[in-house]
Amino acid sequence: MRAETAARSRTIVGHAVLLLGALITIFPFYWMFVMASNTTGDIFAYPPKLIPGSHLWENMNKVFDGIDFWGSMGITVVAATSVTFLVLLFDSLAAFAFAKYDFPGRRVLFWIVLATFMIPLQLALVPQFVTLAWLGWVGSLKALIIPGAANAFGIFWMRQYAQGAIADELIQASRVDGAGFFRQWWTVGLPVLRPGLAFLGIFTFFHIWNDYLWPLIVMTDPGKVTLQVAVQQLNGVYTTDQSMVIAGALMSVIPLIGVFLIGSRHFIANLAAGAMKF
Amino acid sequence: MGLADALRGRTAKPPPDGSRPLPGWRRYWPMYTAVSPFFLLFAVFGVFPVGFSIYLSFMSWDGIGEARPIGWENYAYLVTDSDFWQSIGNTLIIWFLSTVPMVFLALVIAYALHTTVRFKAFYRVAYFVPNVTSIVAMTLVLGSVFSDSSGLLNSALRAINSGEVGWLSDPWAMKISVAAITIWRWVGYNAIICLAGLQAISSDVFEAAKVDGADNRQTFFRITIPMLRPVILFVAVTSTIGGLQLFTEPQVLFPVDDNGNVGGPGGEATTIVLYLYQQAFIFNRFGYGAAVGWALFLLIAVFSVINWRLIGGRDEDAIGTGKRKGKSRAR
Repeated sequence: MRAETAARSRTIVGHAVLLLGALITIFPFYWMFVMASNTTGDIFAYPPKLIPGSHLWENMNKVFDGIDFWGSMGITVVAATSVTFLVLLFDSLAAFAFAKYDFPGRRVLFWIVLATFMIPLQLALVPQFVTLAWLGWVGSLKALIIPGAANAFGIFWMRQYAQGAIADELIQASRVDGAGFFRQWWTVGLPVLRPGLAFLGIFTFFHIWNDYLWPLIVMTDPGKVTLQVAVQQLNGVYTTDQSMVIAGALMSVIPLIGVFLIGSRHFIANLAAGAMKF
Repeated sequence: MGLADALRGRTAKPPPDGSRPLPGWRRYWPMYTAVSPFFLLFAVFGVFPVGFSIYLSFMSWDGIGEARPIGWENYAYLVTDSDFWQSIGNTLIIWFLSTVPMVFLALVIAYALHTTVRFKAFYRVAYFVPNVTSIVAMTLVLGSVFSDSSGLLNSALRAINSGEVGWLSDPWAMKISVAAITIWRWVGYNAIICLAGLQAISSDVFEAAKVDGADNRQTFFRITIPMLRPVILFVAVTSTIGGLQLFTEPQVLFPVDDNGNVGGPGGEATTIVLYLYQQAFIFNRFGYGAAVGWALFLLIAVFSVINWRLIGGRDEDAIGTGKRKGKSRAR
């Protein structure tokens, strides 16, 4: 009897903690919507207006006047989808080779892949920029896409996945049928790896969509920037019109939340599993 | 554990169909082709820049004119540069202010999630969503919540007559604001990782503790926390590396002004990467920026080692042995 009461009170405390925490985490999203749909005056008055207003369209239209929203969105979409596609292609090829084939130097090469984890991007920031300048890529989409087209995290993650998911017998069978490496990768590897690729794809897409430092440095033409940089520029120019700036922020966030809500269950489970492997 | 398994690898078997092995280059070229894009990109955008940054750190260069070799001058200046040291101090303070409460909160949330049956899916999404939304957008939102004169937080403080705080102007409050944004962004992510760790602990251990008469608190501190050590290590190391590379939050919260000043009033929120950005890309001191990059690299390496030793380094078989009863209290 006592144990039951204790268990119930623990559940109640647990829920209270979780609910309070969840309210705090979600509140900024609610507040973002409140700000974007009111006038700046209403928000910063005392006491401030705490419920959504009717100025959302007006604020959004001001965003279209302030920045080239669709242009920036286009750059961001092209960069994020291109990088995602290339990462899935290159990382799955490399992971397939590392996981299922023996070739001279394999272990050394894989060690090198893992070792590159340790180098912080910021260390190479200045010389990377200089390299891109020499190549004549500064300001172009290539600067956003090519340097990130294959990464160590993806190779490591996909390799772990491939080792567990692809049976050796499948590969042997396709070899008997006369398939070479690339056909085995295409017909045996990719179908089995699909769940892993889905996670890596969403992860990469979020990462590129949200990246700020790198596009800030390499997209030097003020009229040709990613969404993140454009929204920040909006803030720099129109600091007094916070509602409009936040409307821009809201517009830049909606696609991400949409993608996340669709794939969240799968995404979170994979992320946790990935962390446990280290 | 997983890493060691991964490195051990497995050996591919010889062709089972009895065909004669092909000559080396014909057998192996597809594999080398498959792994080559990564190595090619890494050579051009990784190895070369890192090597080049050593060279660059011994140069004085504005990015346009002639690079002039100046020996150790950049490093000599670095050691005496008070702005640089301030940025290191700021970064460490913000890192501490964010990581310690974050790891604690993540554990609490994970434990609550673990013992809760209902609404689990809702909570997981609610706690995780900050992590996948745009840092720039959400920093702008939270920045106006923290606004000194008319932000929501100060309005609330005014309503309960407890005075206002200069969230974006007072040296300490500025750092707390930046730390709060990072906590908000990462606490749910880390809670999910800790939850995965909790779920990996066998329930037999908890049953045994119950039989031995351990109460909730004893179970939490003597069993849950010690067994979670590898996960806590992961969380601590990744938050340290992330914390030392902090850039977007302070850059967006305190926009660069016309004179190229960063990090808000008095540069009190200038982090190391923000300082590197300012020196290299606002003031065009490329050589000096490269030197700052190496200082950052050194710092990250040192902290990773410290972290490792503090939390997990010494006894690797902490999982599952349960032999270390008295010892764990000393930590």
